[in-house]
Amino acid sequence: MEENVTKDSAEKKDIFESIWKFLASIKLAIFTLMALALLSIVGTIVEQGAEPAQNIALLGKLFGEASAPTIYNIFANLGFMDMYGSWWYVGLLVLFSINLIVCSIDRFPKTWKVMNRPLRPLAEKAIKSLPIRKELTFKAKGNVARDEFYNALKSMRYKVLEANDEGSVQLYTQKGTYARLAVYVVHLSIILIFLGAIIGVRFGFKGYLNLIEGQASNVAYKSPTEKIPLDFTIKCNWYETAYYEGGDTPKEFSSELVILENGKEVVKKIIEVNDPLVYKGITFYQSNYGMLKEAQGYFVLTVIPSVGQEKTLWLKAGDTFEVPGTATKGTVIDFSPALTRDQNTGELTSYSENMVNPAVAIEFEESGKEPYKGWILKRYPETGILPGGNVIRFDDYWGVEYTGLQVAKDPGVWLIYLASIIMTLGLYICFFISHRKIWVQIRDEKKSVTVSVGASVNRNKIAFEREIEKLILHASESIEGRSKK
Amino acid sequence: MSGGIFFDIAAGAYIAAMITYIIYLVVRNKTVGLVASTITIAGFAFQSTALIIRWVNSYYFWMGSHPSSGLVEGLLRAAPLRNLYESLIFFVWSLILAHILVEFKYKIRSLGAFVTPLAASALLFIDISGTSKAIQPLIPALQSNWLLFHVLLSFLGYAAFGISFGAGAAYLITVTESRKEIPYIVGSVIVGIFMVVLIAMGIDFLSLSSADRAQMIQNHFLKTTLKSSSGGVAAASWVISIAFICAVWYFGLGLKKVLKSLSLTPAMLDDIAYKSIAVGFPLFTIGGLIMGAIWANSAWGKYWTWDPKETWSLITWFVYALYLHARFVGGWRGKRVAILAIIGFVAVVFTYLGVNLVLSGLHAYGSG
Repeated sequence: MEENVTKDSAEKKDIFESIWKFLASIKLAIFTLMALALLSIVGTIVEQGAEPAQNIALLGKLFGEASAPTIYNIFANLGFMDMYGSWWYVGLLVLFSINLIVCSIDRFPKTWKVMNRPLRPLAEKAIKSLPIRKELTFKAKGNVARDEFYNALKSMRYKVLEANDEGSVQLYTQKGTYARLAVYVVHLSIILIFLGAIIGVRFGFKGYLNLIEGQASNVAYKSPTEKIPLDFTIKCNWYETAYYEGGDTPKEFSSELVILENGKEVVKKIIEVNDPLVYKGITFYQSNYGMLKEAQGYFVLTVIPSVGQEKTLWLKAGDTFEVPGTATKGTVIDFSPALTRDQNTGELTSYSENMVNPAVAIEFEESGKEPYKGWILKRYPETGILPGGNVIRFDDYWGVEYTGLQVAKDPGVWLIYLASIIMTLGLYICFFISHRKIWVQIRDEKKSVTVSVGASVNRNKIAFEREIEKLILHASESIEGRSKK
Repeated sequence: MSGGIFFDIAAGAYIAAMITYIIYLVVRNKTVGLVASTITIAGFAFQSTALIIRWVNSYYFWMGSHPSSGLVEGLLRAAPLRNLYESLIFFVWSLILAHILVEFKYKIRSLGAFVTPLAASALLFIDISGTSKAIQPLIPALQSNWLLFHVLLSFLGYAAFGISFGAGAAYLITVTESRKEIPYIVGSVIVGIFMVVLIAMGIDFLSLSSADRAQMIQNHFLKTTLKSSSGGVAAASWVISIAFICAVWYFGLGLKKVLKSLSLTPAMLDDIAYKSIAVGFPLFTIGGLIMGAIWANSAWGKYWTWDPKETWSLITWFVYALYLHARFVGGWRGKRVAILAIIGFVAVVFTYLGVNLVLSGLHAYGSG
């Protein structure tokens, strides 16, 4: 009876052990890396989260029109149309993490032992069988050779230990022991990135908010029907696209945003792409923009008389204003968001629905004279110079554009940044610093001294060999220099 | 002053260096090798000068439209790494730099015959893809301090991966006994496909009017040959391409003798492939993935969106992570890891060009 129990637990232990070994195995790592790489390729070809028709068309090209809908359904049911969130992709990532954690736990104790094992002097035979080894003879005294190798090692920042034996001295030292930990640091940073991502998904949100110039909101949106309440109000004062001169390449997309708490303005900032507004942990990014088609806004015109003060006017379509110091009256009669002259017909038309080249048409009237019409273009201020020397500047057609804001709260992002720093350090140490050990055995002969140098390293052997050569050269020169005197 | 002439001299020098390196492979004359190295270094000096001139010109260009920028901001925004043309030029520069370092460190010249063709292909690609060489205004998404560091480190990483590709391919040739070995077949087919696509693009270029060339990648990619609307032309192109790839497979092994006679030992090539990946992997992880994610977060509020460019860089990262683990812990050696080095670089090329040519994403600016 008792025997059976022990056998049972031994079996259980066996099963546990083999599961543990499997989870820690390099084979699993190779499998998950390959599987993730191959499956990710599919995700870049099949457009994720797209309309079915789009991917059916794509599959039609690959497998023929007739079978495309069937294949689409199979793929869709397997989750390929939104695969990065599918159970099997997430499952692979989980397996990948478990593999990372288990293999790190599995291997760490051995590494720790190797790191903390005190370095001991070696027998001459052992030194001569190290991966890097060199034998030298000098016509000098043993203590001279010892001093110079000691100094050479010290100048290369080694902390040198010494063992004395009859007729011989051994110097031994190591450096970069901690580099053996770097792999674990890199693994840890990957786990931290996953944690940061999970925190972000669990406690944060990604939303959007479109605000028309002048509009305010105390909610953002996850989808058209799903609101995210904000405990403050955000208002857009204006939105503007600036263009480089002489073309339609956008120079900057910017919006002036205001945060209101209980009706009071607490923050005001002009945001741009790459320069968002952060308030109470929620970030507002300049994401897109657009024009409202049927909206009626204000024409913001600044009248600069040849003599006297300039004046900014806010006019609706059809409004009339006076040009100061003259008897001229202007009426806003037309607007084009992107004025151009048609190359074939010579007529003026709009070439875009967005305000790429906004222009306002004004009809000027002076009593007793024939009224005339002129277009004033925002991007070409010279079009606003009137015959009498007065200038009308077209500042904006306000209230008809909206700014598209990306609204995000991600309390996990600091962890991602921290993990990035940790990973950078870990990778640097992992690839560029190695655990180096050196032994130098110095034996007095009758009229000379024999020096055996042996060394080992856990990686970057060629670089270390060069370091050893340098050490020997440095020490030899000093020994020969001293023995000549 | 325009840097264009210096670029042209450098491009000429690299192509001359490629030819000289190949001659060196065949005749194995020390003087020829020395000439090849000298031409390469001279080309590198010219290209460096050209890059600096372009940077200075871009700086004044930026300051012209943003007079309130400071010196540092101006220099950051003007770094010549802003579009496909500039990044390819920088790729060539990094590749040649990496090659010069390897040549001096390992005292071997013959690797040049494998690396300079890669540089020459990139230059050829620049010319035939018809990408605009003019200094262009910087669009808002790229106006970030991360641009310089993200692109700089990524491309230094890509260059290191390029070296590992060259070394991996050379390794594979030296250790292959028969053409029927699977690693050799995979390697030679990949190299063959690279060459076919480049040649097909060259034919696209020659058949297009100069006005259409600007749109070549977007609208005419491979449409003259492999994707021709005429069934006959397309079928013939496929047959010729397959024949070409078979020829690469069949004749590629001929290089083995040449490599062997140059005392390029498999161990050394394997070491170079590993070392380049050991340098490239951290650079790519930090510069490409981490900085890219931080930049995306500061511009769009999302550090990872699984768009094709991001996903492909992750795939590249998986392949090299696989290489490192298989080699160090898994005990993989020789041909298997050499194939991984080759596949890794295929992923690099796809991340960098394929995504923009074939797929699309947030990084669509790269196709201009």
